Amino acid sequence: MTLGVAPESEGVTSPRRNGEPLLALDDLYVEFRGRRQTVAALNGLSYSVAAGETLAVVGESGSGKSVSAQAVMGILDCPPARIRRGEIRYRGTDILRLPERQRRKLRATKIAMVFQDALSALNPVYTVGEQIAEMFRVHRGDSHGEARRKAIEMMERVRIPDARRRVGDYPHQFSGGMRQRIMIAVALALDPEVLIADEPTTALDVTVQAQIMKLLRELKDESNLALILITHDLGVVAEVADRIAVVYAGQVVEEAPVGPLFASPAHPYTKGLIASIPRLGHRGERLPTLRGAPPTLAAPPTGCPFSPRCPYAQPVCVDNVPPLRDVLPSRRSACHFAEQVLADA
Amino acid sequence: MPEPAPILEARKLVKRYPLSRGVVFKRRIGEIHALEGVDLELREGETLGLVGESGSGKSTLAKLLMALEQPTSGTVLFRGEDVFGLSGRRLRALRRRIQIVLQDPYTSLDPRMTVGEIVGEPFAIHRDVAPKRERRERVGELLDRVGLSPRVASRYPHEFSGGQRQRIGVARALALRPEVLICDEPVSALDVSVQAQVINLLQDLQEEFKLSYIFIAHDLSVVQHISDRVAVMYLGKIVELGDEQDVYEVPTHPYTQALVSAAPVPDPALRDVRRQIVLEGEIPSAADPPSGCVFRTRCWKAQTICTEEEPALVVRDAGPQRSACHFAEAETVDPAVAVRG
Repeated sequence: MTLGVAPESEGVTSPRRNGEPLLALDDLYVEFRGRRQTVAALNGLSYSVAAGETLAVVGESGSGKSVSAQAVMGILDCPPARIRRGEIRYRGTDILRLPERQRRKLRATKIAMVFQDALSALNPVYTVGEQIAEMFRVHRGDSHGEARRKAIEMMERVRIPDARRRVGDYPHQFSGGMRQRIMIAVALALDPEVLIADEPTTALDVTVQAQIMKLLRELKDESNLALILITHDLGVVAEVADRIAVVYAGQVVEEAPVGPLFASPAHPYTKGLIASIPRLGHRGERLPTLRGAPPTLAAPPTGCPFSPRCPYAQPVCVDNVPPLRDVLPSRRSACHFAEQVLADA
Repeated sequence: MPEPAPILEARKLVKRYPLSRGVVFKRRIGEIHALEGVDLELREGETLGLVGESGSGKSTLAKLLMALEQPTSGTVLFRGEDVFGLSGRRLRALRRRIQIVLQDPYTSLDPRMTVGEIVGEPFAIHRDVAPKRERRERVGELLDRVGLSPRVASRYPHEFSGGQRQRIGVARALALRPEVLICDEPVSALDVSVQAQVINLLQDLQEEFKLSYIFIAHDLSVVQHISDRVAVMYLGKIVELGDEQDVYEVPTHPYTQALVSAAPVPDPALRDVRRQIVLEGEIPSAADPPSGCVFRTRCWKAQTICTEEEPALVVRDAGPQRSACHFAEAETVDPAVAVRG
């Protein structure tokens, strides 16, 4: 397959969805072992993404959203991290149970990731061309010349102006936005089916962020990628996501298509988050806030992890962990009082 | 009604940093034009928002307003007095009246000092503010005021979350009862749910202590929420300055229009309605800024005059705000406003 050419058959304008998820995390438990105690980073986290779909995984720092991506990519530091339970299924196969060789191959070619900080993700002593070309040489066995030609193609595909001239430049010679494009080029070099973008625009300025999000959206449509966008920015989510999984204390607490989730959240945490964003036309008014702060992994609350901050909390919330359940068609919430939260919207 | 006298004023402020090459034999090869002629006034009791992307000069301006660095030319007046003409006791007295809250609550607090020492440190430097025996009590009051228990004074910064640390930073900034608070990205490092708490706190404190704020942030919606007036910066210059509503709802400078239109809007219903201006290219190097209008290299309206003549920051026909564009035109780009009509 020639790289840099979008597979036409897969529908450039409207990504086809066959319903079956391409990648699914199912009931995943990850813990970190410290000298004094073991902390749980993921507590039965589940989400899935289909080809051509953009899933936004939203959460605050420490929620476990990045850990989930690292578990998929196999880049968790083990130890101290350990996947205690659960499955990560790619096209129905649990990759955690595959033999090491197969697993590595799959992760290298089918699932790719871009990180927030392109400057530290790229190697400063190699030219950007070498870093993109390396993908073709190592995984495809291409010659130096061939790999370099494909590297230039990739740079053009991520809209880096003057790619032929810049292929020999080093990462520090590029701006933040251009470096992010190069990282995307490396990630997409082997034509993966799933792209995980972990806070890809957080370090960038607003106008550059708009450029990168536009690029990601175009690339997703060109290749019918399944895109997992990990972010804390609800503005970005509202602009690009098809579906959202809201993560709190290592669990998905709400999952819904983007429109309904913003219009009528079904979990008090989602509701509080959306309400606390400053909005136009309410200048100077007090922002509705969530009380307290996200829980620390070392001392998780009992029962529902959100209960200490929740305006809906009742004794049952401290006693029983609410499961993530269907509350409406294609909408799930992990709240004992989801129906009431929905009705209040 | 006459305009209230400005409490803090920048006049034709220019700051250039030398750019050198070589380690042993340093040669000066040019200058970074960090600020190029900034005129700005902060009115008593208002919040002036400062927006712009990295490298636009926001933080350099903050440093100069606090008299932490000397300008290349131009000056800063605090209540009509040139701050760069001050020294000794009078400079110290000025420092007391302008304080800063920094972005990163993780690096701006000394990890080896207790919270009480951090918040009380200003009293140790400005000894005449509070007698020694009253200091502990004053620290307790300050902590209480920012929503922390006075009991936390004996604990260390690492025991606190980001939002709590930022409260400690705010308490320290308030210790000397300043008149002006410069907030340099005070909520950018915080989680969304915590960010709102700190914004509310800053607003309450402003009212209670009659503070004037310079509020620097790259998050346009946060700046908009808290500001009375907004200055938009690009490559060391203010390109648009006016009331928050005018600047956001009907911006007249093409850069402001691009900036406002690029900001993500947390409402999926507006996704396909909005017109987004995605700027081409990148911000030019501050070592070699364009002639004439600094934005012309990325501007879709640029004409010959933009290369030759620098547009002044003045009120133009397009709206009540000041705009540094030869072709200033009012245009609603914010989708929420456009839809609301």
